[in-house]
Amino acid sequence: MVDSTILRVSDLNVAARAPDGSMLPIVSDISFAIEPGKVLALIGESGSGKTTISLAAMGYARPGCVITGGIVDLAGTDILSLDFPARRKLRGSDIAYVAQSAAASFNAALRLDLQVTETPIIKGLMSAAEAHDKAVSLYRQLDLPDPETIGQRYPHQVSGGQLQRLMAAMAMICDPKLLILDEPTTALDVTTQIEVLHAFKKLIRERGTSAIYVSHDLAVVAQIADHILVLKDGRMVEYADVEQIVHAPREAYTRELLAAAHILPKSIPAKKPAPLSARQHPLLKVDKVTAAFGRNAEFIALKDVSLELAEARTLGVIGESGSGKTTLGRVICGLKAPLRGQVTLDGQVLAPEIQQRDRDQLRSIQFAFQMAETALNPRHTVGKILGRPLQFYFNLSGAETARRVGELLELVEMPASYARRLPRELSGGQRQRVNLARALAAEPRVVICDEITSALDTIVAQAILQLLDDLQQRLKVAYVFISHDISTVAQISHDIAVMRNGAIVANGPTADILKPPHHEYTELLLSSVPEMRTDWLDDVTRSRGNGLKVAQ
Amino acid sequence: MNLVTLIAKRLLIGLGILLVVSLLVFVGTEILPGDVANAILGQGATPELLANVRERLGLNDPAYIRYFRWLAGMLTGDFGTSLVNGRPISEQLGERVYNTALLAGTTAAIAVPLAVCLGLICALKPNGLVDRMISTLSLTLISVPDFLVGIVLVSIFAVTLGWLPAIANLRPGADIATIARVLVLPVTALVFTVLAHMVRMTRTSILGVLASPATEMAILKGVPRTRILLVHALPNAIAPIINVIALNMAYLISGIVVIETMFNFSGLGRLAVQAVATRDIPVVQLTAMIFCTVYVLLNLLADIVSIAANPRLRYPK
Amino acid sequence: MSTAEPTGLRRLASELTPTAIVCLAVIALAAFIAIFAPVIAPYDEGTILTNESFASPGNGMLLGSDYLGRDIASRLGFGIRTTLSVALSISVIAFLIGSALGFFAAIMGGWTDTLVSRTIDALISFPAIMIALIVVSSLGSSFLVLIVTVAIIDSTRVFRVARALGMDIVVQDYIEAARVRGEGIWWIIWHELLPNALGPLAAEFGIRFTYAILFVSALSFLGLGVQPPHSDLGLMVKENMQGLLYGSFSPLYPALAIAMVTVSTNILVDWYLKSTGASLPEEL
Repeated sequence: MVDSTILRVSDLNVAARAPDGSMLPIVSDISFAIEPGKVLALIGESGSGKTTISLAAMGYARPGCVITGGIVDLAGTDILSLDFPARRKLRGSDIAYVAQSAAASFNAALRLDLQVTETPIIKGLMSAAEAHDKAVSLYRQLDLPDPETIGQRYPHQVSGGQLQRLMAAMAMICDPKLLILDEPTTALDVTTQIEVLHAFKKLIRERGTSAIYVSHDLAVVAQIADHILVLKDGRMVEYADVEQIVHAPREAYTRELLAAAHILPKSIPAKKPAPLSARQHPLLKVDKVTAAFGRNAEFIALKDVSLELAEARTLGVIGESGSGKTTLGRVICGLKAPLRGQVTLDGQVLAPEIQQRDRDQLRSIQFAFQMAETALNPRHTVGKILGRPLQFYFNLSGAETARRVGELLELVEMPASYARRLPRELSGGQRQRVNLARALAAEPRVVICDEITSALDTIVAQAILQLLDDLQQRLKVAYVFISHDISTVAQISHDIAVMRNGAIVANGPTADILKPPHHEYTELLLSSVPEMRTDWLDDVTRSRGNGLKVAQ
Repeated sequence: MNLVTLIAKRLLIGLGILLVVSLLVFVGTEILPGDVANAILGQGATPELLANVRERLGLNDPAYIRYFRWLAGMLTGDFGTSLVNGRPISEQLGERVYNTALLAGTTAAIAVPLAVCLGLICALKPNGLVDRMISTLSLTLISVPDFLVGIVLVSIFAVTLGWLPAIANLRPGADIATIARVLVLPVTALVFTVLAHMVRMTRTSILGVLASPATEMAILKGVPRTRILLVHALPNAIAPIINVIALNMAYLISGIVVIETMFNFSGLGRLAVQAVATRDIPVVQLTAMIFCTVYVLLNLLADIVSIAANPRLRYPK
Repeated sequence: MSTAEPTGLRRLASELTPTAIVCLAVIALAAFIAIFAPVIAPYDEGTILTNESFASPGNGMLLGSDYLGRDIASRLGFGIRTTLSVALSISVIAFLIGSALGFFAAIMGGWTDTLVSRTIDALISFPAIMIALIVVSSLGSSFLVLIVTVAIIDSTRVFRVARALGMDIVVQDYIEAARVRGEGIWWIIWHELLPNALGPLAAEFGIRFTYAILFVSALSFLGLGVQPPHSDLGLMVKENMQGLLYGSFSPLYPALAIAMVTVSTNILVDWYLKSTGASLPEEL
């Protein structure tokens, strides 16, 4: 019986060396097979071992990790039985790797051409001229601008999306049997993601390459994969073809992942508008704010932005990187003074800078940060982190503080005993809950949530969003929810403001914004969110045609 | 801002720093309680004699005039007169500068390439046997006083074995063999001093570059280790390494002063020390200026090389 | 550069290697000698015991006599006392000034930072030994001048390190969280910044201490530091250099004493950094 598979992995085990010398398994008993020309997606949250497995397929383990067992059969050769020089021979030519961050993976000191054509030249597979020609044809296939000359540039002179495609060219130049794509679109904006995904799919199909596609995003992966392997904590959960996983998942965990995926809600959840208060003015008002950076205010971050936020409602602010959404949040809470315009809270104009605001105003607007790792002082216990705002704003005594800290922890669904813990003893989701609790400790009217779920695994993020909703109903606190992910924003907001290049392009209740007809940019954003069906990407490509290059 | 503008800016700042340095040197040496006249004439001077000398030396002029006179003198080559022997300083300067330049130059020529190579070797197999040995040795060397190395060397090679002279007397016009024989011990002592710092810093810089994702990418492309080191890592390590070298010139300067004194070497370093001991202010000012200028210029050079080596600045978007 | 993993003393103690223990012992011994020298030294530092310079060990002199006929062992004890106390004073002063300024500049940012940094840069553009030479040439080398001068020189280096540490910490969101709360600058420095900088700072203190010892010894060796008849280790080396030519190892003892303290401190600092996983910004 002839085995026609390109890659067959059997009982792969990888372990990490703990500080005390013992070996901790990080990947256990993984087995899968890839046919020629097919794409296998490795899906899982962080810690699931997907990157480790994909690197092991090249016979590579990161420093501190050891491949402890199993067989990695690439077209008849067990890579794991080869010695290091033999493995090196296969890398780049038979198996190629596309890393998650192209910006970090390209050498800043070398020209792009040199890096892209390096592998075939040093392995003697092609002459310099042949390699260069092949590179140019790949650039063309990947829809890169100026394919003849782009190779002359340095990495810092091209954009993120272009770099990612250049990395794909670098990987494909030797026509490898197997391509490993490690979260290649995760670091990109949603609109750029589409083009890059499309470019990869085209390339793989045209060259008949097999591929492993590593990701945490089921919807993205459904567009390109033939089979999906769901992973959790280094173990296989479900392994089937893509249609089955997407439409008829067997395992509970797979169903959880599907439910938490970043896709637009099928129907706009009817968010009960909170009863409008008798006040004439909205709770928070941003009035024609313009803000800039740089010594002579060269970089305009916000252009004439105006918004309103009512009590106990959520305003979602959505934009890509560079849209100014984070600056907006900072202006509202006083971290950045605007050039023009003002921010009003409950009818009172707020001073532009924190130092000039009074304690009550400071208390009323709180800020929750994206990365919980850096938002909590690693040397302070949870109790101290939550206790400080209590003492600062309310001058509570020691005993009262302790009691209130317990209440706060309960509010965010954590045991009161956690007050004694340090941030490094908490999980990512728990840290984010403490982050929220700290903001709520001040009993604010408004909490600005700056991408607080963006760095979390999808399932954990869902839980946090649920928590936010509960807290809003209980405490009547208003949120400004800033994010780049429209699916998350759509789920949680009463109103949405869409930002682009520092200006608001669309503003209104969620249902209105998401219902067609849309503003052109909103249309672009919405159509860039993958739907959970495998033919979505092809549809979008067809409908956009040449317009696909719009967000270059 | 393009490359040329950046470099020009750096040069201007360098000149500014030199000016500030000259000001500080001048102010630093002129805050003597009791003044130069006292220093020359000693305790038993009569008030008339003091007033006379002050007039002659122009000490009654306001400070800023004296400063500019001194500065102008520096720039035109008139270095003033030594208070100790009354002779123009420029007479003895030539030989001293030559000797110190010889000592420093030889040391740098040996220490710099050696340090870079050792740093590279250590970075190739971090925490391997060779690396740990060299690292421990460097750590020890940077912790010991400069004169300890000198003493140990002299004890072994001069006193016990009698192979080399304990005093380094370099007469002008000596032949190469004599020069070599005289310089071996001082240069060796100096090299040990400077080498250790540079090896450690080079190792750290190269390790930093080797740990980057770009290097992992090169490994995954199947690029052989030597090529990764030479083609991928080195261009990114040049700037930090040059900085390391420039920074270590400070250690070289202090090392020179100590070693020259120890070996009785007739160079600028020992001149500076003697001048301080004898309160020979003009000589102190001059030697301080020379050393500081060299240091500032070296740092300036390091800065410029760093700027030039950065492709982001060479080719802006 | 990274901030240290929070670590209690107990956990630290469990990471002790044999080398680290030896170094600790050496430092403890040196501290003991420094504190109790007047009590345990056989003779006073100035007592001349014999007419014979560089006498060999014997006759109640553990290490023999120096160039004036004084007991080397006693003078060694007093020398350690002088050198260590001078170095400690310098380090403490340099540290307080340097870190306060460094953290302040890091947190204030903007114009304040630029102003302070540029001033310190101007001072650093002098090789340290030149500053010392210049100051000593004008003001002489009393203990006060020595300590203040070297402390000021050293504080510039501490400033650099503290500022670099501070800059790394200041961009963390928890500092911003404190700012958004409305906390004052010094509260943030003391409560938020300092606990995270303690590890690397402690290591830096060790390094500065070493440097102060070496620098003061070098100055004394040149005759520009501690003056006779005080006993300073560097001065002792200078005084007894002639002894080498007569076959006496007398200059070696004080030099080795210096080396033992400085090497032990540096090895200890290295061990500390390795076991807490912290690292220091590029050493100046």
